[in-house]
Amino acid sequence: MSERREVIATGRHVGRVVVATMLLGAVVGAVLGWPAGASSAEPAASPAPKSADGGAVSGEEAKAVAEKRRTESEGAAANIGVQKLAKGPHGAMPVAEQIALLDKLQLPTDATIPPGIDPVVWQSLVPKDNEINAARIALGKKLYFDTRLSKDGTLACATCHDVSRSFTDRRPVSEGIADQLGQRNSPTTMNALFFQTQFLDGRVPSLEEQAKLPILNPIEMGQPSAEATLLNIAPDPEYQKMFQAAYGRPVNYEDLARAIASFERTLVFLDAPFDDFVAGDTSAISAKAAQGWILFNGKARCMTCHMLNPSNPLGTDDRFHNIGVSARKQNFEELAAKALKALHAKEGKEGLEAVDRLAIETNLSELGRFLVTKNRSDIGSFKTFQLRNIGITGPYMHDGSMQTLVDVIDHYNRGGEANPFLDGGIEPLALTDTEIENLVEFLQTLTDKRFAAEQRTETARQRAVAAKQRPFRENDLAFRKVLPFESRVMASGAAPGAGFQAGKEGKQ
Amino acid sequence: MSRKFTSIETKHYEERQALFDALPRLGRRDFLKVSAAALAAAAASGVRFHPTSFQPVTVANAATGEPFTFAYVSDSHLYRKDLNERFVRGILRAVDDVNHLDPKPDFILYGGDLAQLGKAEELNLGAQILKAVHQPVRMMVGEHDWFLDMGAKWRELFGEPTYSFDHKGVHFVVLMSVNEKDFWTPRGLTPEQRMGTVAGLDNGIQSRFEVGAEQREWLKNDLDKIPASTPVIVFSHSPLYKYYKNWNFWTEDADEVQAILKKFDHVTVIHGHTHQMLTNRIGNIDFHGLLSTAWPWPYAPEGLPKLTVQMARPDPFDPNDGCGDGSMQVSAAGLVDKIYNLWNRNPIEVTSGYLASNGSKDKPAMPNMQSF
Repeated sequence: MSERREVIATGRHVGRVVVATMLLGAVVGAVLGWPAGASSAEPAASPAPKSADGGAVSGEEAKAVAEKRRTESEGAAANIGVQKLAKGPHGAMPVAEQIALLDKLQLPTDATIPPGIDPVVWQSLVPKDNEINAARIALGKKLYFDTRLSKDGTLACATCHDVSRSFTDRRPVSEGIADQLGQRNSPTTMNALFFQTQFLDGRVPSLEEQAKLPILNPIEMGQPSAEATLLNIAPDPEYQKMFQAAYGRPVNYEDLARAIASFERTLVFLDAPFDDFVAGDTSAISAKAAQGWILFNGKARCMTCHMLNPSNPLGTDDRFHNIGVSARKQNFEELAAKALKALHAKEGKEGLEAVDRLAIETNLSELGRFLVTKNRSDIGSFKTFQLRNIGITGPYMHDGSMQTLVDVIDHYNRGGEANPFLDGGIEPLALTDTEIENLVEFLQTLTDKRFAAEQRTETARQRAVAAKQRPFRENDLAFRKVLPFESRVMASGAAPGAGFQAGKEGKQ
Repeated sequence: MSRKFTSIETKHYEERQALFDALPRLGRRDFLKVSAAALAAAAASGVRFHPTSFQPVTVANAATGEPFTFAYVSDSHLYRKDLNERFVRGILRAVDDVNHLDPKPDFILYGGDLAQLGKAEELNLGAQILKAVHQPVRMMVGEHDWFLDMGAKWRELFGEPTYSFDHKGVHFVVLMSVNEKDFWTPRGLTPEQRMGTVAGLDNGIQSRFEVGAEQREWLKNDLDKIPASTPVIVFSHSPLYKYYKNWNFWTEDADEVQAILKKFDHVTVIHGHTHQMLTNRIGNIDFHGLLSTAWPWPYAPEGLPKLTVQMARPDPFDPNDGCGDGSMQVSAAGLVDKIYNLWNRNPIEVTSGYLASNGSKDKPAMPNMQSF
């Protein structure tokens, strides 16, 4: 009990500092189009039927790409150990067991503001047309674990956001109906309520909008339309009762999404050893981790994007950065031209669904935020991941291409992967192996205390993996013995341009 | 459509009225489009009208050119490679940007300050990078390229800094606007000390930049042959007006140069040096600043031209913010629309219509945060 009280106290202290920043966030949210209540009474809108000729998103091509990804990731044996325990479809723990596990985590099931969250901040996180209450949370919880939402009955939200696997699937990329693999890593739903945008490219502004898209994506949950989804659950008298209780309306798609969002707003996991440490308990984390915290704020430059302070408890700036992960695989210019063609004249809902399909099904996924904004400067940039519970939510990056936190820091240490759109803040860090260890140990202190045992298992597993392989370690780059631009600029084979023109004859 | 028949005369007067009604709502560039369209429509309808009845058309006729685009990269301030590689990444990114513009620009202006301290290795590195530009590069010199060896290396690589050329009906002039009075000989400064002094701000030692009497004479002669109706675009590294003296955002003989340019119907000055979105209009001259690929300057504490669309103060956590490159769209009449391609923000276009209307029309999309 004393532990919890301390957290609340910290939260109250946090709250005052938080307000200004989070209010700003709310304003930004409003600009981005948080549901403002105007359309709250409308029944589910029917989505336009998906066109099969979406340029780069043809079924054949998507399938081929997915198949290639599957082979690649299986070849790399990148899916991690915990899955061996799972018994259900797609490697997830059966939902009944997940629910039992969830109940042990003792999340709030009523309108209580989660501990550590300032009431004013909370207000800014909850849309006006979806105030939180017990009935909505209960409905959302039922939906989150209901495999009837998928076309073939094998997937629920909880399949890729599995309670037993840190509310993600611990795979490089997620597996949908008919075992098809998408292009993106499944981010954890823990603390997702705090993000200003959802998805790794921020293509929607709220949890409500987020919940609608995977259900309808052909290679995720695969439902052909919102109506088709509702056909599976609307006849269920219990759902009829629960929708009425939660929203006073019959079963409909908008409220389905609202309820799932309400449930996800209970997934607050911000009670980590690190929080005790910053509250003054210097023994809460190891000396090595404390060194890591200093590096985090200094030499390693992490806090530039992973702001971790009372105003930004998640450790994300909610912005989009190109750190070069996708530059390893793709020719950006060619992809960008292809994407502009595929998205040409697609606006609004149609545009959003087209982006969703490109992001999940095709290699245009690597363009990241560019698919949403079509801004050159957003090419290859993805949302800054949260750092909370990062120690147990691998593999890492938008494509799950890094298996350990050591890999992640190796990647930053070498200055990312050089490409024209690389974020200006990314540069070689010259971190030593000891410094890398300290940083990793620090990051592990951000895992919620309820997952302490899982963190220990995962720490041991990652340590074993890192002892065998460090695919991203490049000390020549990290210590600036080699500068990436030199091979490009000084290469003898570089195609010469048209040359210079100035006053060759001099002043006339 | 109650009337089934309209006489040719009626049609003609309706068209002319529609044209004149539309005029006040248009920037000059659009206006030319409309007047050309009206002229074509009238011609197609078989009307024989008095040649002077469409007065504005004569303005369009004044320009003999065709519309085109040129892009720019500017103020890269390259250091020795082991001192700074971020600025190298900046200019590389800009080269990629201009190489992938669609439609292709006719040429690229390099706006000066390729080097930071005028060293041969800095200039060589820059020249090597600019070789990858697909289109021809028009070079301009900046003070950071010059004051170590008084331009010897720069000239060896690129040629003479003062020159002019004609392109699609526009007369282009490139000036060396960063001459200084000799402050170094009396003080016995070494070339490195001289360069270091010029590279600094807020010092009372160096003089203000100037085009100088010799070059003004050259300019007069160069423009002598050019009719006043020809659009003129001038490239100068420092702004050809007086913005803020302490930082040398300033050209001492700007008034004299402006006087030489006065006879032309329309002049556009494109300048580097200030590393920020900067817009001005003085008489017949439009002024556009260029973005830097290395760092953005804050706005000076005074003297900011009122037409300037200010970019909000750059985010110190994002070294690309406030930097960028851009392009200029030149209309058939030789009027310039300037596009600022900010790397971390939405592009902003400052049109000639905005300048011609003294800021009352064609307002650029303002950044979502005001500067402060």
